[in-house]
Amino acid sequence: MTNDLARWQFATTSIYHFLFVPVTIGLAFLVALLQTAWYRNERPEYRRLTRFFGTLLVINVAVGVVTGLVQEFEFGMNWSAYSRFVGDVFGGPLAMEGLAAFFLESTFLGLWLFGWDRLPKRAHLACIWLVAAGSMLSAMFILAANSWMQHPVGYKLNGQGQPVLNDVWALFTNPTFLWGYVHVILASLVTGSLVMLAVSAWQLRKGREVSAFAGAARLSVIVLLPAILLQMFVGNKLGEIEAKYQPMKIAAAEAQWSNCQPCSFSVFQVGGGKNDETPTQLIEIPHLLSVLATGTFNGSVEGLTELQKQNEAKYGPGNYIPNVFVQYWSMRVMAYLGSLIALLALWGGWLVHRGTLARSRWFLRISLWAVLTPFAMNTAGWMLTENGRQPWIVQGLMKTVDANSPSVSATDIWISLIAFLLIYIALGTADLLLMLRYSRRELEHEGGSDGGGAGTIPAMSY
Amino acid sequence: MALHTIWFVIVAIFWVGFFVLEGFDFGVGALHTIVGRDEAQRRAALATIGPWWDGNEVWLIVAGASMFAAFPAWYATMFSALYLALLLVLAALMARGVAFEFNGKREDQRWRSTWTWCTTLGSLLIPLLLGIGLGDLLHGLPINSNHDFTGSFFDLLTPYGLWTGATLLGLSLLHGATFLKLRTTDGIRERASELGRPLGWIAIALVVGFVIWTRNVAGGADVPGPVEFLAVIAVIASARLASTDYDGWAFAASALAIAATVGSIFIDLYPHVMISSTSSAYDLTVNGTASGHYALTVMTVVAAIFLPLVLLYQGWSFHVFRARVKTPPVVSG
Repeated sequence: MTNDLARWQFATTSIYHFLFVPVTIGLAFLVALLQTAWYRNERPEYRRLTRFFGTLLVINVAVGVVTGLVQEFEFGMNWSAYSRFVGDVFGGPLAMEGLAAFFLESTFLGLWLFGWDRLPKRAHLACIWLVAAGSMLSAMFILAANSWMQHPVGYKLNGQGQPVLNDVWALFTNPTFLWGYVHVILASLVTGSLVMLAVSAWQLRKGREVSAFAGAARLSVIVLLPAILLQMFVGNKLGEIEAKYQPMKIAAAEAQWSNCQPCSFSVFQVGGGKNDETPTQLIEIPHLLSVLATGTFNGSVEGLTELQKQNEAKYGPGNYIPNVFVQYWSMRVMAYLGSLIALLALWGGWLVHRGTLARSRWFLRISLWAVLTPFAMNTAGWMLTENGRQPWIVQGLMKTVDANSPSVSATDIWISLIAFLLIYIALGTADLLLMLRYSRRELEHEGGSDGGGAGTIPAMSY
Repeated sequence: MALHTIWFVIVAIFWVGFFVLEGFDFGVGALHTIVGRDEAQRRAALATIGPWWDGNEVWLIVAGASMFAAFPAWYATMFSALYLALLLVLAALMARGVAFEFNGKREDQRWRSTWTWCTTLGSLLIPLLLGIGLGDLLHGLPINSNHDFTGSFFDLLTPYGLWTGATLLGLSLLHGATFLKLRTTDGIRERASELGRPLGWIAIALVVGFVIWTRNVAGGADVPGPVEFLAVIAVIASARLASTDYDGWAFAASALAIAATVGSIFIDLYPHVMISSTSSAYDLTVNGTASGHYALTVMTVVAAIFLPLVLLYQGWSFHVFRARVKTPPVVSG
């Protein structure tokens, strides 16, 4: 019970946190691009766009940062047995993240926000690039830590059977990390560019500041198109890596109970969940699963039943099969929505090429709603990767049931779960309210007293 | 010096740095409605910390994360023991953090007063709660042979812990007042100066009480150590200077007072990191909780590269925004 509650808490708080993270990473990069454009061509509309999207970035960063604090504390609070067991390896990347990334991101965000009139143009531009770099670095350390949980490397077991770091480079050359990190960065670029595209589409449909927002829409498509196409490739590659190191994860994602060769991919099926080993596959594509999991046309994939037997032989009795329903559908949410976004991006790329992006009413209308998809895909991606590791918290080393804090009672977790729920609903509402409000605002006008951000007019608002 | 000890010092430096920097942010947050008579002045008061508070808060994250990396068993026991207290800290950090960014973004009376309350209450609660937690490390909590906490939330509220919390809150308020005085002009500066006198007396009483009580709790010599002396002298100096025109010196003294107070807790802890009130055999120690030699070596290299860099660019950021914040003329009633 306590363990389940702790899991619910970690799952909900980290999914919530990760609604904001990719927006921050993606949007920081895009705002930096906008400001670079202004720095080079000195057209005032780019400065106005930079400030417009910069405000959205700041609103989003505020929630991202404070919900990140919860994650940082939660390991010790709810998962003390885990922290004690793996801190030697796992704590390092977290401390590096603070030292190398958080300081950078927050200090230069302050400099950027308040430095519009204080800093030379070039230094001010460098500030936003350092914010963008800080947010990407931060994801790098977290992914290195998480990848170690998926595929532990660079350690040896000490006398007490505890993992002790003995090769830090292994953490950062872990194949799960390399592909996983690129996957997350691309997901962030997709998210950020879809947010910018949706806001621009809304403004264009209102006929406001057409030339400025057409520029922003074009920029988002130019970032989105390569990001989503590369993502299809990288996501596929990550699937192969996981099939190699965490075969259970991928077999469960395909609800593949029996061994197969060649393996077909089920597009849609009914059943196949927890105790149902005979799913009804409604649509199948021959050979596709072999290609996805092994990279070869006729590769073989071991089924869940076989893997369960192997795991029992290796680790003793127990259930080693993750929740198949969650695996199967989170994989499909990601793949299907990703394909739709790739089509949208190709369409956008064609319109940019023809120079009619800002006038295509259908494209703008669909782009507006497409902004919901990255959040579903990002959430599904983490569900796939974290649920697929169960019952392990660190693959092969420690089970999730053994990892929570012995001193923390179910009542304690209920209290914190409800507290977080209430706070997160309030934060989410306020954030959504402000995001919508500031997305629909008109671009601020230049000249005269420059409405804030600078030192004399206080408050962080501008 | 052994790597364990070096890392204990580094962890202590992060906690000290956090209270020196974020201490004045807490003070400003708690006092901004008192020194600011109208909306414009309140905004001006908050603007004194605007570019920095976020970066200052990172010192807390890094303090926690470096405990995780260098002393996993300490991090695990402390964070799970302080569970509900840390939940309150997190709630306060979240409310206060978004309040800074969200407050000015809507001209709605209820919206504004809600976030203003978040700022004020959060700024009061966080130093108090974290102070209680740090005091408890030294006072001792019920911890069993597995290094797990066996008490309840109310066991965290030890009298010594409460006094330590009150001391750090009192010092943060004084630190905030001297900071406001240094960073503002006219009415705000005058009121911060007036506040300096009562806040100074309170801080002196709290710090002196803390030092005497610590001598009782920590064992060892009855005479305070040099750092505890320094805390007393610095807080007296800061209280005296807080209502004079030596703004810079008053701020330096309050920074020193809060640094010495937090530092003394860690000095008294060493070589322990957390005391068990159940049995001294269950005390957590620097040696017993530390990570392996390799992990500590790696972290030492990382800290040696990045900590100077952080000090450099945070210092630059303080330099860029060094000018006093001026209150804009009131436009309308």
